[in-house]
Amino acid sequence: MRGHARRANLQSWLPQAVTLALLAMVVAWLVGNTISNLASRGITIGFDFLGRVARFPISESVVSYAPTDSFAWAFAVGLANTLFLSAIVIVASTLLGFFLGLARRSGNPMASGLATAYVDATRNTPLVVQLLFWYAAVSYGLPHSASALNPLPGVFLTDRGLYVPRPVFGGQGILFLCIAVVVLAAASIAFRRRMSRPVIVAASLGLLVLGWWLTGMQLSLDHPALGRFNFMGGMTLTPEFVAVVLGLTLYSTAFTAEIIRGGIDAVPSGQWEAARALALPEKDLMRRIVLPQALRIIIPPMASQYINIVKNSTLGLVVGFPELNFVTATTINQTGQAIEGIVVLMAMFLTLSIGTSLLLDRYNRRVALVER
Amino acid sequence: MKPVELFIRAHPEDVRSPPAARRKTLFQALFADMASSVMTLLIVAVVALSLPRIVQWAVINGVWTGDGAACRDAGGACWAFLRAKYRFILFGIYPPDQQWRPAFVIALVTGMTIWSMPRTHWTRATLLLWCATVVASLILMGGGILGLEPVPTGSWGGLPITLLLTILSLAVGFPLAVLLALGRRSRSPLTRALATGLIEIIRGLPLLSLLFIASVLLPIMLPDGVTIDNLFRALVALTLSAAAYLAEVVRGGLQSLPKGQGEAASALGLTRFQTLRVIVLPQAIRAVIPPLTNTAVVIVKNTSLVLVVGLFDLLSAGRASLADPDWPVPYAETYLMVALIYFAICFGISRYSLFLERHMVQGIRR
Repeated sequence: MRGHARRANLQSWLPQAVTLALLAMVVAWLVGNTISNLASRGITIGFDFLGRVARFPISESVVSYAPTDSFAWAFAVGLANTLFLSAIVIVASTLLGFFLGLARRSGNPMASGLATAYVDATRNTPLVVQLLFWYAAVSYGLPHSASALNPLPGVFLTDRGLYVPRPVFGGQGILFLCIAVVVLAAASIAFRRRMSRPVIVAASLGLLVLGWWLTGMQLSLDHPALGRFNFMGGMTLTPEFVAVVLGLTLYSTAFTAEIIRGGIDAVPSGQWEAARALALPEKDLMRRIVLPQALRIIIPPMASQYINIVKNSTLGLVVGFPELNFVTATTINQTGQAIEGIVVLMAMFLTLSIGTSLLLDRYNRRVALVER
Repeated sequence: MKPVELFIRAHPEDVRSPPAARRKTLFQALFADMASSVMTLLIVAVVALSLPRIVQWAVINGVWTGDGAACRDAGGACWAFLRAKYRFILFGIYPPDQQWRPAFVIALVTGMTIWSMPRTHWTRATLLLWCATVVASLILMGGGILGLEPVPTGSWGGLPITLLLTILSLAVGFPLAVLLALGRRSRSPLTRALATGLIEIIRGLPLLSLLFIASVLLPIMLPDGVTIDNLFRALVALTLSAAAYLAEVVRGGLQSLPKGQGEAASALGLTRFQTLRVIVLPQAIRAVIPPLTNTAVVIVKNTSLVLVVGLFDLLSAGRASLADPDWPVPYAETYLMVALIYFAICFGISRYSLFLERHMVQGIRR
């Protein structure tokens, strides 16, 4: 018995050792090639280039950026753009996907037929084709500034961008934010303690209004106005941003609609029948019985769909939106520091996706059905 | 104790037919409740507003023959652009007199796909035919032998590139995926760590970043003087991405197989390799055919990303054709044509997967 165990040990670690040795040889050969190639091009390996001045412009950003900022700040701006774009698309596609999923399940043949046609058409066409189409539509299909589209008061749509009024806050903004955070934290604790919901909502709203008045906050809108050549004031959303948000939202909505529909369908039909036998109204049936159970099934694929949205945001590069991939490519072009740039790019994306997977794992283990 | 009374029918009762299902009329279905009525009215309103304009743009004002000036004057859909440019969109910058070769490649691949669809054709002979098709396609596109004029890979473009990238990344990626899936479930910690690390890293990165990394790193990591084709670099990235996603699907299939199968096989004296080849892999793969075809659709759509690394696939050729100054940028018509071709391929794959599912599950359901 002991002899057999020892032989089994040899059998198990010898192939592993051989594989490790082969792998080490291949890696050493690749690393050697890389070092000699970089040396022959006069490029040093190291991350100190991050402190140097970037000297390239980024056409739009959520945080302020100037070409005199460092490469590290340029990477941060790219990451901020990616996250901002992903956040907007995630929220929009979840909301729209919910309604589309419900429409597809409804008994109305017109609504479900249209929803099915939309989902099939969008899921079977590459995202790049859709993005390029929307970018061309926004660039060529919209009128010039002089004859801008005015769908809502204060909102103007031209081929140079989407102009919306910008909210301007006056007064003690930081103080009000602290008050709002405290009020929301108290409200969530009260919610957990199962206090009366209308009372909580009324009390929080009252406290927020009181805090608004006490800190002297004012909200005014800075409207865009047509100047000589272009719109001045307000907030400008570039055609690239509008095209990426539109294309990515419409594409992701098809996937989230399918996930939500699958989750609702997976709730056992006995639940529906029991609720109807108890004469529960249809909207309560959805809200209190089906959706909470469907949520457990929806959340894992929804989380991977959110990660997909973050990964798909890199396609903004194709229409010229300056997200993380674009900044990395420009940096590598300018400095030649290919390895370091790629390491930064990989680190950021892998943190996002693997971090979300780990969080999802913990959530899954918490809400998993406890089976004997 | 009193004897238990049994109730036994004297005469069997006739089996009644089931009650007729109440068929809803169309009106009832459309206006069942408030939400449904609102949806119906909204859809009718939107269609009534937009359909006449679309018909006017596409059909009434549509220009079917002519040139750029005629399109500009008419203000409608410029179908004449597609008639003038379809060869550029389909074949890229391939030399015009040799364009019968990419056309033949497209026909060959389409024919082989249709041939492989019935399950009775899933034999080793078909596999060999596919290998021959790939080799023949590469020879036809590249030329240089058999009296064909040589054409550099930089001039290849359009639909043949899309088809070749898909087939090659699937063909090389699937065996790699099986290896990765088996490695992830292996008993040795080193293999498990390697396989898991590779799969998670490739799946965690966007494909665009992978393409970019491949095109930047491959020239640096190989010895000076070895030049890597642009097409080959894109193929490496696409293959790795396909392998990682397919590996997860195959791993799901392997997990779904009961352990008793492997145990029975080893009790019968089969070696590990024989067990894998004859018992485990066929069942595991058959169990996950729907997710596999979904991943195949994703792989087809992923090939459209190679436009960022400078390759001329179907979409890139379509976008480049819009740059002609003679025409008034008919982006809707061009992208519609490209989208229709992709839709035909991807929708065909999903319908085929539904067909397979129906016919394969019948065998398992008893």
